[in-house]
Amino acid sequence: MHTFDYHRPATLKDAVALLKKTENARPLAGGQSLTPALKMRLAQTPALVDLGALEELRTIKLEAAVLTIGAGVRHSEVAESKDVKIGLPVLAKLAAHIGDRQVRNMGTLGGSLANNDPAADYPAAVLALSATIHTNRRSIPADKFFTGLYETALKPGEIITSVEFPLPKRAAYVKFKQPASRFALVGVFVSEGGGQVRVAVTGAANSVFRLKDMEKKLGEKFAPEAIAKVKVSADKLNSDLHAAADYRAHLISVLAQRAVGEALGGK
Amino acid sequence: MNAPYIGQSIKRKEDQRFLTGGGTYTDDVSAVNQTHAYFLRSPHAHANIRSIRLDQARAAPGVVGIFTGADLAAAKVGTLPCGWLITDVNGQPMKEPPHPCLAQGKVRHVGDQVAVVIAETLNQAKDAAALIEVDYDVLPAVVNAADARKPGAAVLHDGVPDNTSYVWALGAKDAVDKAFATAKHVTTLEFINNRLIPNAIEPRAALAQYSRADDSYTVHVANQNPHVERLLMTAFVLGLPEHKVRVIAPDVGGGFGSKIFLYAEETVITWAAKQVNRPVKWVCERSDSFLADAHGRDHVTKAELALDKNGTFLAMRVQTTANLGAYLSTFASSVPTILYATLLAGQYTTPAIYCEVTAVFTNTVPVDAYRGAGRPEATYVVERLVETAAREMNISPAELRRKNSITQFPYQTPVALCYDTGNYEATLAQAMKLADVAGFEARRKQAADRGKLRGLGYSTYIEACGLAPSNIAGALGARAGLYEAGEVRFHPTGTVSVFTGSHSHGQGHETTFAQVVADKLGIPVENVDVVHGDTGRIPFGMGTYGSRSLAVGGSAIMKALDKIIAKGKKIAAHLLEASDTDIEFKDGVFSVPGTEKKKTIGEVAFAAYVPHNYPLDKLEPGLNEQAFYDPTNFTYPAGSHICEVEIDPDTGATKVINFTAVDDFGNVINPMIVEGQVHGGLAQGIGQALLEGCVYDAASGQLLTGSYMDYAMPRADDLPSFTVDTRVTACTHNPLGVKGCGEAGAIGSPAAVINAITDALGVKDIAMPATAQTVWRTLQSKSKKK
Amino acid sequence: MTVSVSLTVNGKAVTADIDPRTLLAQLLRENLHLTGTHIGCDTGQCGACTVHLNGRAVKACNLLAVQAHGANVTTIEGICGAHGELHPMQAAFREHHGLQCGFCTPGMVMNAIELAQKHPNANEATVRAELDGNLCRCTGYHNIVKAVLAGAADMSKSVNNSVKG
Repeated sequence: MHTFDYHRPATLKDAVALLKKTENARPLAGGQSLTPALKMRLAQTPALVDLGALEELRTIKLEAAVLTIGAGVRHSEVAESKDVKIGLPVLAKLAAHIGDRQVRNMGTLGGSLANNDPAADYPAAVLALSATIHTNRRSIPADKFFTGLYETALKPGEIITSVEFPLPKRAAYVKFKQPASRFALVGVFVSEGGGQVRVAVTGAANSVFRLKDMEKKLGEKFAPEAIAKVKVSADKLNSDLHAAADYRAHLISVLAQRAVGEALGGK
Repeated sequence: MNAPYIGQSIKRKEDQRFLTGGGTYTDDVSAVNQTHAYFLRSPHAHANIRSIRLDQARAAPGVVGIFTGADLAAAKVGTLPCGWLITDVNGQPMKEPPHPCLAQGKVRHVGDQVAVVIAETLNQAKDAAALIEVDYDVLPAVVNAADARKPGAAVLHDGVPDNTSYVWALGAKDAVDKAFATAKHVTTLEFINNRLIPNAIEPRAALAQYSRADDSYTVHVANQNPHVERLLMTAFVLGLPEHKVRVIAPDVGGGFGSKIFLYAEETVITWAAKQVNRPVKWVCERSDSFLADAHGRDHVTKAELALDKNGTFLAMRVQTTANLGAYLSTFASSVPTILYATLLAGQYTTPAIYCEVTAVFTNTVPVDAYRGAGRPEATYVVERLVETAAREMNISPAELRRKNSITQFPYQTPVALCYDTGNYEATLAQAMKLADVAGFEARRKQAADRGKLRGLGYSTYIEACGLAPSNIAGALGARAGLYEAGEVRFHPTGTVSVFTGSHSHGQGHETTFAQVVADKLGIPVENVDVVHGDTGRIPFGMGTYGSRSLAVGGSAIMKALDKIIAKGKKIAAHLLEASDTDIEFKDGVFSVPGTEKKKTIGEVAFAAYVPHNYPLDKLEPGLNEQAFYDPTNFTYPAGSHICEVEIDPDTGATKVINFTAVDDFGNVINPMIVEGQVHGGLAQGIGQALLEGCVYDAASGQLLTGSYMDYAMPRADDLPSFTVDTRVTACTHNPLGVKGCGEAGAIGSPAAVINAITDALGVKDIAMPATAQTVWRTLQSKSKKK
Repeated sequence: MTVSVSLTVNGKAVTADIDPRTLLAQLLRENLHLTGTHIGCDTGQCGACTVHLNGRAVKACNLLAVQAHGANVTTIEGICGAHGELHPMQAAFREHHGLQCGFCTPGMVMNAIELAQKHPNANEATVRAELDGNLCRCTGYHNIVKAVLAGAADMSKSVNNSVKG
């Protein structure tokens, strides 16, 4: 690791001020991606601002039509939360299968979204559920949040505070794991609610994206067979040593159909 | 727990410390005032080094010393030796280009060591290493074995223009060619045996301490054979007097072959410890392990089996190109030759076999022995051929195997080995029963009804373990003997310390060896401790690899025990006023049959150390015996593996539903430990077949699977619970009747998995690792062909 | 920069002035000489360094020591009974030969303890899935899975007994 200064603010306000104070200072959430990058000297920062003490980011609130989860809530807490299990069980299940137990016990919702790993699970949920990302400055709709490979709409010094998920009529997430890293080789999240169907794909391209062709067909009929013939283009999909683009395109089709089936109550 | 201990699943003695965090692995040992070493490695696969500038790095905070190849050359430090000489088809010795500990003007693989930085802290060493300016003249690289001899391929070493260390052959070529000419059926396969990265969970590590007081060295190192490590390091590289160097391999967190070898890092820090006159510690970080630990396998093979119209094997012909990597690692040359071609008879009576091996250098990490070492490669050749032939000739795979199975022992194969004993039918029959082969077609149909593809595959393997009769090994090119040493020290108060040249890094020797000793001496197993891994305490040793520890190391201990008992009889004879030829020893008691006269071994031991009433004129005091044991033949464990898989044709994902292994390891000392060894081997073999594959970028020579993010290690949910059992034919030529069990799982299983997958898919072949994508693609091309 | 970190390790209060780069695993191994926590990789994948942070399994090599400020940390050295008796999960690993070289073992046991607390009635499939943060190269997981199932059963028995008692 290169050297860095370390701060552990007690309030969001102090955290924002500390991030402003040092150029290229980085917030530290659970650190499950950032710490290994620092260790291997793939990332460097003059100052780390640890968000771990910000209790204000750690609440979960379930209301009639929305579930709001603080950015500092850990994956395991989402997975175990009664409110999440009742209001948005698909998200509890997704969170229960992020990384591994040890990662889930440290990693946070906000950290995962801000990192926007192209193979992370949460971005698919946020995009498919049309969630809203709240920061210390503003509210960003999911469609505007994920901007590219490890890139988001967040500005320097901007911290995610919570995420507001509208509760869907039904939804499901199915992922196929990359055998080594256990990240999603491809993950597909489908949801129906608020008069629309959304299909979000992670793991397959440089950032999470929606499949509007499928959304349209599913809008007409929410059933696996409705999208069986929707051709998924391999253009712009990743090719790497674990999967070529055409295989990823194929998996997207298979997993999307399975997700629809699961959302309909099948397994 | 009561005697006899042999045959009982005694809980392991070593577990208490491992379970409580009390183990002592090399990284757990620290020396006062120690420094930390970091190795700067080549980022390029192939490059000339124009210059190395160290001024800035030397001035960095905390730096204690920085050394490069030039320093080693100036100090006349030698190069890393290869322990096995292969003679090529023209009678010439293999090409053995130098393997410098730090690069001498050229780097030949990504990760090749360029410099060592020694600093007060590891962070400081890394900071300084980042300031070393190396001017590289990057050269084209070659990484694939199949490309190494192509015209225009990059040349790694001066004097080796075709990148070929040797072309070696075994068997009767003319007889084989003749048999193929008359065969009714020929099965041909061409495949790659994938390159693997061993990945013991404990990374390699070393701590070197030098004492000016007596010009001596103490080296802690994660290693499987500390005496061999010391011998090679002192005699061949550093030119140090052997008695001034103590090598300790304490608790070692897995080896699988990768910790047999003498590596550059521990050698360099041992040398450097004297230069900086401080202890130097080096712990390999996992990312570096991928680039610094010898890899395994990596063969490109064409294999053919000739059969007559009834399915009787007539001949086998095998051509293999073996990738050695950039340099010859310690035992690299023996793996694709002596440990490979000699196993091609498998369990069968194939009368004529010919194998030709071309061993090439490439710009990759050196390749050497990895669990099984040559024998998994051979088994894969034989068992893929046999299964494929059975399908092509429409004979059941089990029936074809039985038809050609060796049933008379001893059996001399056409490829040098003489199998002493075995009962191959017994393991196959038991495996078929446990795997419920009879019910398979019904399960296949049920799976098909669910849209899934089921397949069943066999693999019946043989291995040659218990390395090795030294005279035979020597005739085959070994540059060392392959005996083992042991010492049994009976303490005056009746407890026993056993010193073995074998090394346990997970195998449980502290328990199994104690069981053997306790039974033989008739004392409680609690009274026996086994000491290993320290050249300062143990007479000598060749170490642990090739499933040899009990067969060879255990036999050495048995010999020492015989000496203990023989001497004990003489002492007892004196005490009992009888002739030593009249003394009987049983269950820890010396007695004169037909009389009441007896002495326990504890009493005899006490008398030996307090010799007040003792035949001092005829016998030395003390009860402490050493023995060296050199085996007279290899041992031949064998067994039958059956794998059942289910494939999801939509994704290509393969699930191993059941894996059955029935093995014949000879006599079993501790069934629990033996089963554990099988489980671990199976996981590595199934890992090779389904998950693990080292991938280099062909153009740049960069290692693409350079971390656990990309190299797929088997995890708990990748594997099923295994069904394992044993059938016993005792080894005929060692005192315990044991054959060795450490590698069988990794040897037999890859072919069983691939045979099952090809059965499920209805295809002739599929590459390892058969990842979901590979399976899916195979199905795609099959449906296109239709 | 040096920062002060205070935490409780195996029931004992610990304060140290450290470089903020110090990983929790380093603090445990180098400062506190608790070498039972092992380091097997640098990408947070092998789990050999697993300890409990406020009762939850975390990878100590993937955590800055300062992140554990104010927390309760339990390592493999801290789970034995007062007189050194093995924790039911440790005992189960011994009974079922769930370890060979022992290097992954401390992390495996620490993960298994939380696994058992969260899934007291886990079946084999759950155990296999929930062990995916820990690599073992020796055992093929067969006996680890057996040990975790048995250890979980013993742990819930001892919880029940202590509740009854």
